[in-house]
Amino acid sequence: MRPPVLLDRPARWLLGALAAGALLVVLGNALVPQGHALHVSTYTVTLLGKYLCYALLALALDLVWGYCGILSLGHAAFFALGGYAMGMYLMRQIGTRGVYGHPVLPDFMVFLGWEELPWYWHGFDQFWFAAAMVVLVPGALALVFGWFAFRSRVTGVYLSIITQALTFALMLAFFRNEMGFGGNNGLTDFKDILGFDLQADATRLGLFLASAAALASAYLLARRIVTSKFGQVLVAIRDSEARVRFAGYEVEHFKLWIFVFSAMLAGVAGALYVPQVGIINPSEFSPLNSIELVIWVAVGGRATLWGAVAGALLVNYAKTVFTGLLPEAWLFLLGALFVLVTLFLPKGLAGVFLHRKGRPT
Amino acid sequence: MNVLEHARRLLRRDQVFPMLMPKRLAEPDTRHGPILYLEGVTVSFDGFKALDDLSLYIDDGELRCIIGPNGAGKTTLMDVITGKTRPDAGSVWFGQRIDLLQLSEAEIAQAGIGRKFQRPTVFGGHSVFDNLRLAMAGDKGVWRSLFDRLGAAEREHIESILETVGLADHAGRRAAELSHGQKQWLEIGMLLAQNPRVLLVDEPVAGMTPAETERTAELLTGLAGRHSVVVVEHDMAFVRAIARRVTVLHEGRVLAEGSMEQVQNDPRVIEVYLGEDDDD
Amino acid sequence: MIVLLWILALIPAGAAVAAADETALAAALEHLAGAGLRERAEAVETLAALDHPRVAVILQAYLDGRLYVERDGGEVLILAEAGAPHAAERALDGAPRGRVDADAVKRIGSNNALRKRLRILLALRALDAAEAAERRRAAETLIGELDAAEAEVLRPRLESEPDRAARAALAAAVALVDLDAPESERRLAAIDTLRGRLEPQVRGALARLAENDADPAVAAAATRALRGIQTRLDAYAFVEKLLFGLSLGSILVLAAIGLAITFGVMGVINMAHGELIMLGAYTTYAVQRLFPQWIEWSLLIAVPAAFLFSGAVGVLIERGVIRHLYGRPLETLLATFGISLILQQSVRSFVSAQNVAVVTPSWLSGAWQINPVLALTYNRLWIFAFALVVFFALLALLRYTALGIEVRAVAQNRAMARALGVRSDRVDALTFGLGAGIAGVAGVALSQLTNVGPNLGQDYIIDSFMVVVFGGVGNLWGTLVGGLSLGVFNKFMEPVTGAVLAKILVLVFIILFIQKRPQGVFPQRGRAAEG
Repeated sequence: MRPPVLLDRPARWLLGALAAGALLVVLGNALVPQGHALHVSTYTVTLLGKYLCYALLALALDLVWGYCGILSLGHAAFFALGGYAMGMYLMRQIGTRGVYGHPVLPDFMVFLGWEELPWYWHGFDQFWFAAAMVVLVPGALALVFGWFAFRSRVTGVYLSIITQALTFALMLAFFRNEMGFGGNNGLTDFKDILGFDLQADATRLGLFLASAAALASAYLLARRIVTSKFGQVLVAIRDSEARVRFAGYEVEHFKLWIFVFSAMLAGVAGALYVPQVGIINPSEFSPLNSIELVIWVAVGGRATLWGAVAGALLVNYAKTVFTGLLPEAWLFLLGALFVLVTLFLPKGLAGVFLHRKGRPT
Repeated sequence: MNVLEHARRLLRRDQVFPMLMPKRLAEPDTRHGPILYLEGVTVSFDGFKALDDLSLYIDDGELRCIIGPNGAGKTTLMDVITGKTRPDAGSVWFGQRIDLLQLSEAEIAQAGIGRKFQRPTVFGGHSVFDNLRLAMAGDKGVWRSLFDRLGAAEREHIESILETVGLADHAGRRAAELSHGQKQWLEIGMLLAQNPRVLLVDEPVAGMTPAETERTAELLTGLAGRHSVVVVEHDMAFVRAIARRVTVLHEGRVLAEGSMEQVQNDPRVIEVYLGEDDDD
Repeated sequence: MIVLLWILALIPAGAAVAAADETALAAALEHLAGAGLRERAEAVETLAALDHPRVAVILQAYLDGRLYVERDGGEVLILAEAGAPHAAERALDGAPRGRVDADAVKRIGSNNALRKRLRILLALRALDAAEAAERRRAAETLIGELDAAEAEVLRPRLESEPDRAARAALAAAVALVDLDAPESERRLAAIDTLRGRLEPQVRGALARLAENDADPAVAAAATRALRGIQTRLDAYAFVEKLLFGLSLGSILVLAAIGLAITFGVMGVINMAHGELIMLGAYTTYAVQRLFPQWIEWSLLIAVPAAFLFSGAVGVLIERGVIRHLYGRPLETLLATFGISLILQQSVRSFVSAQNVAVVTPSWLSGAWQINPVLALTYNRLWIFAFALVVFFALLALLRYTALGIEVRAVAQNRAMARALGVRSDRVDALTFGLGAGIAGVAGVALSQLTNVGPNLGQDYIIDSFMVVVFGGVGNLWGTLVGGLSLGVFNKFMEPVTGAVLAKILVLVFIILFIQKRPQGVFPQRGRAAEG
């Protein structure tokens, strides 16, 4: 028996492609002059950075769904929470440059007539604090929610539906002005991050590279997990939960652990996403986002990490192309994708690929 | 229960507070003989009593067969022992110290009770080898499994089990691809890897060829002594081949208990079970 | 208010002066058509003083804004509806004048004060109406609007008014004036009369007395009366919340009941359920567009039409997609979600991305005013009744028809049902069609309550799932009780927390509830539920 390797062939391919792609983008953006055919515009850099964040999010979902069989329809909530944590830091960085020029309060609070900063906004002027919250807040929510859900053996579609209700409830909550997160409009008009101007090309490039690095390290971590005995237990839980229990494993601990880890990854993805798109608002919590994320993973092929990454990149690229060409057609296509993939490609593109190569998954 | 009663309980001196009792002991205490004590166990589903005030004792190292018509409560009995179903009344002890009703399914498994399901249940996505590795006795915590490395001793042990259950040539195959009989063997192999004190085996020879059945009989009788084995089986020929003591369940109660011969000659048993199935 | 005293005094002797009134009426009308608002107010008083059958008609028309004056000729006309051109009649004698052009006439304007005065004058006249209900309404209008002189004129009527409710309202109107009487006894007697009245004017006056009255006994009595009124108000507020909650609950039940069939009986997660509801709402719209002449009856046509249309779409979904995914609930969830996207976008692309206007038939509009603080709109009442009808019809269908027995057989044991000759694939298609059809019917009802747009379904899908899961999967009664209790719970939370927070709390409550009792309020028990 050959033990599973950390860097198998797809892993080497994926990391190599990521490194090569990042290098090309950097060269194309920074060294090739504008107007040249090989020039990569900053707009494209940001777009690619966004895709990488989505890929990271897809990776997070694949860990719980593909490997452990927990179909979370609320993963966008963790993504959005990470995004809000980063958004709060960016808001605090605006300082007196806001429309109202208040030294501490963000514009929307001045607009609402608030006198002082709510307690939960304290600390977000420090990057390290915000960075910690990016993982801790989604992690804590996942911990509490998962502890309740897994302990009372809520599984399958029930779990899916209550995760959806969770993100829906959060969306409604964040729409409220009283919550202190900017209500409808969310957080926007960011100026700089760690002292770098967010509009500058170099900052954009830096954020793109940070996303690529985050994806690469998350991928390695995830590989490390799924190739360990822990990963084998996860797959075993997916295939036969009761058997795992009677083999002496506390199934709930394993589920909880991977759920929390996945939520943290999603939080990181959200935190990298927000400075690149320049806004975070409650619609990021919408159940539709979470389900769209599921289809990225389904298209790419669940239970293969590179499949999740490839699916996220592919579907989002298609989305950009189609919404540009035929905005109306996109939802038709997305809907058809859901139906066709579940009917004909239950293992996604990865399944097709592996089948053609004649290997079992 | 009111406050006063709680207070009175706290002041009692003749017993140790439940919270101070050790939750889990490494070894069940079997100095008095039995390893499993079930007393007055009742389980009802919507008024239907699957187990009705059932009491049963299994001795350490014993091989016990449990037979009974469909709906007699055999599977429910296994569910109660392994923690899947909580009884409405009664007590279940593992040795004299371990109260199984206080433990989760995983804790019960770790305490030393293994179970083989009626339908062979293996991890289809894993190789045969990995199935055994996952079942292997040892620390099954989250952190331990994250950093677990397969040692040489462990590998040897798994390979010896593979030999025992005749799957050495299939170690690398995905368990989902195995035949029904092979899955049965794999599951028995997983039980061996788990190395429990008590093996609960639900219909082990269903779907096996006569030759395989014979090997299973050999294996199970060989296990008894070192382990306690409880077999639930329909196949009367198989029961005759292995049984030393037989318990007959009927409508959630113990109808008769004794050697195969005694049981076979018990008129009540003949009436409810053996009589009908004689041609079997 | 000398004029008023004068009119009221004149009324019994009306007939004798009829001829003289004819000219007076013409003069007053001319006055009304002429000058500014102040003159019009005077003209109105003059008119009201006349004992002429046309007066009530003219004043009512003026109040409704249907009183016009010809640009040339200066004749005062009453239009059948506000806004020319419409059929008109002469104000003076009601002689028909045919249709008049918009630019040939000019509306006689009024202001708020004048309209209020008109309402009082009309009410005073209506006190003599033959119908008790009309007299009661008139008396209620007068509460808080009388001055001392008017009250004195009305006082004798307290003896003569035969209808109890009308008498009580009249007494309240007079007593409200008496609250300002100089004698303590009269004030106390008035407070006694006003006990239990819910009109805001009464509460205002009593509160004033409780605060400021010189006589402590009167102030104390006013406080007591106020407290009594407050108790009644609280009771009605409770009833109102309960009724609103039941109304919301009935909507939830309607939306969820189709899902209870597909999810509960078949175990299929249908994320397109909300869109099937939406299709039902659009069917209503289509029916109204196709038969604009039958708006009043459009809903009666729309109910079966929506049932068939959504049901047919449901059967297509089942045959085309879901049938291939039985036993894979998570995949079913994803595929039907895809279908929901396609249905939404179809409506957006082929009908309109905007909301469409669905007309409410007249028998559904308006409200049932139970008392001054409690009113129920007719559409909510009807929908509540409709939800119950749909529920019991479905229950009867499942219990007594051959299809129902087959559905339940397949739900309980597919293999056994097939072995007994039930064509399970046909039953699956019909069951799913039934669930989808009921969603369509729910859509018809919802079209009367909310905006009909492509997103209609999304707003209800999560709520519907919550109801089904809360009530207990596979149990129609659970869905009914679950839906109604969630509706009531929501309405009782709303005043405390606000609507959005109430909804969040309901969701959180259900999330916690499912954790505690994964099988819902009415769990299915037994061996089948395990595993």
